[in-house]
Formats: sequence, C-alpha cells, structure tokens
Amino acid sequence: MSEPIIISASPHVHSDRTSKKLMYDVVIALIPAFLVSLYVFGIGAFIVTAVAIISCLGFEYLIQKYLLKTAITIGDGSALITGILLAFNVPSSLPIWMVIIGSLVAIGIAKLSFGGLGFNIFNPALVARVFLLISFPIQMTTWPTAVVNNTTLVDATSGATTLGIIKEGLMMGETMSSLSAKLPTNLDLFLGITGGSIGEMSGFALLLGGIYLIYRKVITWHIPVIVLGTMAIMTSAFWIINPEQYASPLTHLLAGGAILGAFYMATDLVTSPMTKKGMVIFAIGIGVITVVIRLFGAYPEGVSFAILIMNAFVPLINTYFKPKRFGAKIKFKIV
Amino acid sequence: MLKTFPKGGIHPPENKITSAKEIKRLTVPKVVYVPIAQHIGIPAEIIVTTKEKVEIGQVIAKSGGFVSSNIHSPVAGTVTKLDKIIDSSGYKKQCIVIRTDQKDESNFEVPDFPLKKEITMNQKDILKHITDSGIVGLGGATFPSHVKLDLKNDNHVDCLIINGVECEPYLTADHRLMLEKADEIIVGIQILMHALHIHEAIIGIENNKKNAVEVLKKAAQSDKRIKVAALQVKYPQGSEKQLIKAILKREVPKGGLPMDVGVIVHNVGTIFAIYQAVQYDQPLIERVVTVTGKKIEHASNFWVKIGTPITDLVNEVGGLPEGTRKIVNGGPMMGKAIKNTDVPVTKGTSGILVISEEEASRGKQENCIRCGECVTVCPMGLEPHLLMSLTEKGMYEKASFEDIMTCIECGSCSYVCPSHRPLLDYIRYGKNIVKKLQTAKN
Repeated sequence: MSEPIIISASPHVHSDRTSKKLMYDVVIALIPAFLVSLYVFGIGAFIVTAVAIISCLGFEYLIQKYLLKTAITIGDGSALITGILLAFNVPSSLPIWMVIIGSLVAIGIAKLSFGGLGFNIFNPALVARVFLLISFPIQMTTWPTAVVNNTTLVDATSGATTLGIIKEGLMMGETMSSLSAKLPTNLDLFLGITGGSIGEMSGFALLLGGIYLIYRKVITWHIPVIVLGTMAIMTSAFWIINPEQYASPLTHLLAGGAILGAFYMATDLVTSPMTKKGMVIFAIGIGVITVVIRLFGAYPEGVSFAILIMNAFVPLINTYFKPKRFGAKIKFKIV
Repeated sequence: MLKTFPKGGIHPPENKITSAKEIKRLTVPKVVYVPIAQHIGIPAEIIVTTKEKVEIGQVIAKSGGFVSSNIHSPVAGTVTKLDKIIDSSGYKKQCIVIRTDQKDESNFEVPDFPLKKEITMNQKDILKHITDSGIVGLGGATFPSHVKLDLKNDNHVDCLIINGVECEPYLTADHRLMLEKADEIIVGIQILMHALHIHEAIIGIENNKKNAVEVLKKAAQSDKRIKVAALQVKYPQGSEKQLIKAILKREVPKGGLPMDVGVIVHNVGTIFAIYQAVQYDQPLIERVVTVTGKKIEHASNFWVKIGTPITDLVNEVGGLPEGTRKIVNGGPMMGKAIKNTDVPVTKGTSGILVISEEEASRGKQENCIRCGECVTVCPMGLEPHLLMSLTEKGMYEKASFEDIMTCIECGSCSYVCPSHRPLLDYIRYGKNIVKKLQTAKN
C-alpha cells in the first residue's frame, strides 16, 4: 500500500454538516430581505451593506493577523454574517464612517476580545447596533422613507418608523385611531414598503429566509416561534384592554425588528441556549422584555436590548436547564 | 408510527451493501490465532502446551473466573506457539497459535445440524451448556452470556428482548443470520425462556430489514409468547438501554443493568450460538462476519472460524482495493481501526469494514460554535461539548458529576459535530481518568 493506514478512534464516519455550511445557509437566507431593501432604499442600502461586510472581514483579518497573531478565520462565514446583520440593523442613510466604527465594535470588541467564534457571549451585530444607537442617536433613528426604485445617493426625505410614530404620538396624547392615518398598512409592513433599518422591514422576505433555515435544520422553530408568540400574546392583552393606547399585536409583530431578531439574531447558535428547554425560557424572556421596552420604555424598539439581555442569561440557562439524563429517575418500578 | 427510543439518536447512511448476500463458509485457515481475552472480564487460562495436538471444539483455555469464558479450539491441529500478538484493541495479547491439520477431516466437514425443536434439558443443564460452550455476547460487547443468565432470586425478570437491531451502518451479519436461521433462533429463544421461566420474548428489528421481520414473524407463529417488534431506523438503537426503552418504555436506571427493570437482552447471534450449544453441544468456534466497504469487489457475509486472520477474509472478497486508508474491525460508528490485516477474528468481530481515502480522514477541528447538536443527538441525555471541555481542562471531578461515566460511546456526538470536534475521543479519555480516580478512592 502506498499510503499509510490511518488508526483513529470511532466513529469512522461523519455527517456532511459543517460549520461553514451552516454559516453560508444563514447568508442565503438573508438574501431575500436584502433584495427587498435594495428595491425600497436603493443604492444606499447596497453601500451600507457592502461597507459593513468589507469592514467586518477586514477588521477580523487585521486583528487576527497583527494583534492576536492567530489563525485567520475570515473564511468561516461568521464575520460575513455579522457584517450583513449589522447593516440590516442600521438605516440606509447612516454615514459610512459610523458603519465602519460599528464593524470595529462588532468584530473587535464583541467577538474577538471574547476569544473569537464560539466564545462571544453577546451577538456581535447587536452589540454594535446598540453601541451606535447610544453614540449616534440622531443618525441611528433617522430613516429614509421608502422610495421605490431610489437610485440617488442622497435620500431626499426622511421619517420615523412605524413604532417611532406610535411611541411619539401616544406620548403626545394622541390615540391609535388618530395615528392610524400616519401609519403604513399592515400589508405594507408585511411586504416591506416602509421606512426602517435596512433589513428589518419586509416580514415576508424574512419569513421566507427563516423557513429556509428551519428546513435546512440550521435553526429549530423553538426560538422564533416562541419569541413572536410571546410578543403576540402580551401585546394582544394590552390591545384588548385599551386599543386606543396600545398598537395591535399584528403591528407589533410586523413593524420594527421583531421578525429579523426572532429568526436571525436570537437564534444565533453561539449566543443561544443549547437545550430545547433552555431555548423556550430564552425566547419567552426576549418576547417579554421586548414588549415591556416597546410599551413602557424610552425607546420605541426593544428587540436588540431584549436579545442582548437574554444573551447574558444563556450561561446560566445552560447550567440550570440541562437535558434529562437517561436513567436519572426510575420511572418503571417492579412490584 | 414504529417504536423507537425518544431521546437523541442519528440516522447515518445505511450502506447495507451485503444485505442480500447469503452467508458463505470461509475456507478453513491454515493457521489460527486464538486470543485468550476475547470477552469482557478475566482472560481465560491456557490449558494446552506447545506441540500438543488438539481436537476441534476442545477447550484450550479455561474460564478464569465467574465473569470469564471458556475458549475452544476452532480447528483440529497442533499448537505451534503460545505467543503475544496484536489484536483488534491494538495491544499485544496472549494467544494460542494452532496449525490446522490438513489431513483431519473434521476440519472440512460442513456442520449440518437439522432443526431440533424439542427442548429436553432442564434449566440447570441448559445454563451449564451455555457456560461451558464459551458463549459471549456476539453483538460486539462480548459480555459472557452465562453471567446475564445467572439470576438471583430478587431479580424478577419478566421479558426477554432479542436484539436484531443491527443499527450500525454497513453490517449485515445479524440480518443474514435472522433470514437464514430463523427457526433455530426461535428455538434458541424458547430454550432461554424455558431456562429462565420467562413468559414473554420480543425480537427487536429495525424496519430496514423488513424481510427479517416477516421471516421471524412467520417462524414465531406457533409460539404466542414470542413477538417481533419492527422499530424505526435510528442509531444507536442496538444499545441495550435504548432498545429496552424503545420496546418496553422502561428506563434502565443510571449505573444499573437491564435486570433492574426486569429485562434480559441477547443478540440474535448469541441466541443462535445458544441453540447450537444446547441442542447439539457445539461450542462457540465460529461466527458470522460481514466483510464490506464501498470499494470492496465481492463484499459478503461469511461463517468464519474464530482466530482466522483478517487477511484470509480480505483475500476472499478480492483483496484490499487501491487507496484503502482504514480497516475497521466492526461497524463505522463503534468499530476499532486496525493497523493491518494480521489481526485475528474474535468472538466480538461482527464485521470488517474497509474505508477508502475520501471517508477515512477527519475534518479539521474548529471552534465549538455552541450549536447544541451534540446535546440534541446524545441518547443518554449528556452534554458532550461540556464533557469534552471539562476533560480538556482536567476537571475530572466535575466531569464525573456531569455523568461522564454513563456515556455509551456511541459516537453520535462526534458524528454530527459541524466543527469536527473529537468529542468522543476526549470523553473516552475523561472516562478512563475518572475510572482510575474512582478506583484509587475506593
């Protein structure tokens, strides 16, 4: 025999699942939403996304090569996803230099300083998003209005998002019925013909990608369904009590980053719990915190904060919600 | 819905290439190498000397204790050496080398045992025959069978489960045996039921062997106490604990035995060996071995004498194909990779799998992405990623607390890990250390 015989311990076969495939499946799932944002926001969305991706990959490369002096891992797809998700969480009108700062925070602080892929506690894209939101509140909350087929670089008009209008309006003493004229219809929200961050508007496109992820077994249904379910139940309760002061559950689910967060960011493999039981707790937590922030907090939107807060609980959840050990409790007893 | 165990499990490609190949009788080897440690427990004690002439079926090594087993000469011939050779474990083990006497006709007689249904022996004699015939679990665990049958009075066993699951990919030895020796297996089951006073027996077979389910159902028709359960195809259903859970929904307690939930499990191969031992006084000197691999020319199933060098088997199927990178004694999930084909077939060898280049190498190990897939597939409800990192860090006390010792080493975690982490390698290492620490403590 020309080649030596390999001696290794069992198992001698491996499934064809690889981390890389999982990562690129997420990228594929995000394409429909990206196409919608190109259609709605035009070239601005493309530029922000491209800059976010390039700077995330670039920072990862530079930091690993010159600062950490470790193996370069930009090919594993995780920095690519961070870049896309970061772009999806900011307005298409955000200045380029802010996007670059966001990328540095995501890759440098939230990911690599924790030890790289698999060791980060918080979702890197969300850390960057919250960092930008707190540092640059004006730019981060000014959204270009949806202008279909916008090809100019300058966004002519800008406006608030659905949740922003509701929050502000209610605080000014208006009621939901008087606000409804200013709001897009739920169908527009579902299709994505509305203002908002690049990737969050089109519920339809995001659901399409989400179903793809579940079909490809990259994620399970538990987290997205329970996050959205919890939000629906809580907002319904308030809406039934007082429909003039609280937006309908459908508006809550379709507007803002609920679907993007539930399907793509709460399900981040690294920062979500490992067991199904843990996922349920985690998802309920995200749903409740999101609704509490949206209805009673200072910000109109709460998905990012909710996910980050629950991220912090994941190690605890993993410790206390373990899988049931086989044979730990004797169910069968011989009489 | 077909029955299966509820927690974990995987479904690797089945690759049962040889399932339609009748069991052929392999030519009697010129020399046999019979290790004295072919079973779990104390090795047998050699009772022959060099140059001694031995008969076929003669005891050549005597059981060394209760958890041990007799070893018989698979051929008639002369003991040439008592030597240490490398067996499938990779270690040098004491073994008895016997040169086959080419003139002795008993070596070449094809054993012909017509079906014998009447069970004439009493309980004590049956157990004595099983003990004396050197029968061990032929599913691969090689646990001496008589130990399982030695029931204390406080054990209330009410069900005998026959393991015909063969959940390992590639292997078809049990499948073929069930098809070809169905009636004998049923009699074997009746013998055990008679000896143990059990009134219920269930044969568990995965549904990728529909013909075996049919054949055994037909064979068991006349005996209402014996049932056949077709099971959903899921690895590792052949594991005792998972099989009991799948069929009876009973869960063997942590650190316990099937007897604790009133069950005894035997592999179909073992049952056939028991049939031969009790009805025809035949010791265990041969077994069915599947020789297979995607590139193997004439992959098939064989009746092989214990002690036959694997080289003989490989030559029979057309030799090692070009680009062979791994030879596995057993199935792809739990088998042991061997260094060369000099290793002999032992009582626990259910198959020889030849793996080529593409499948042999492992992927590059990457960071754990905490996907939790290992936790999802673990049939024992463990957290393999955690056990691996605890072992890596030398935190053995904690690993023991996290139930590392209950791992059945099925390899499902390593199989699914998208980052190609050697989870089971570390867990095995951790188990060894924990075991040593526990022994030191006692």
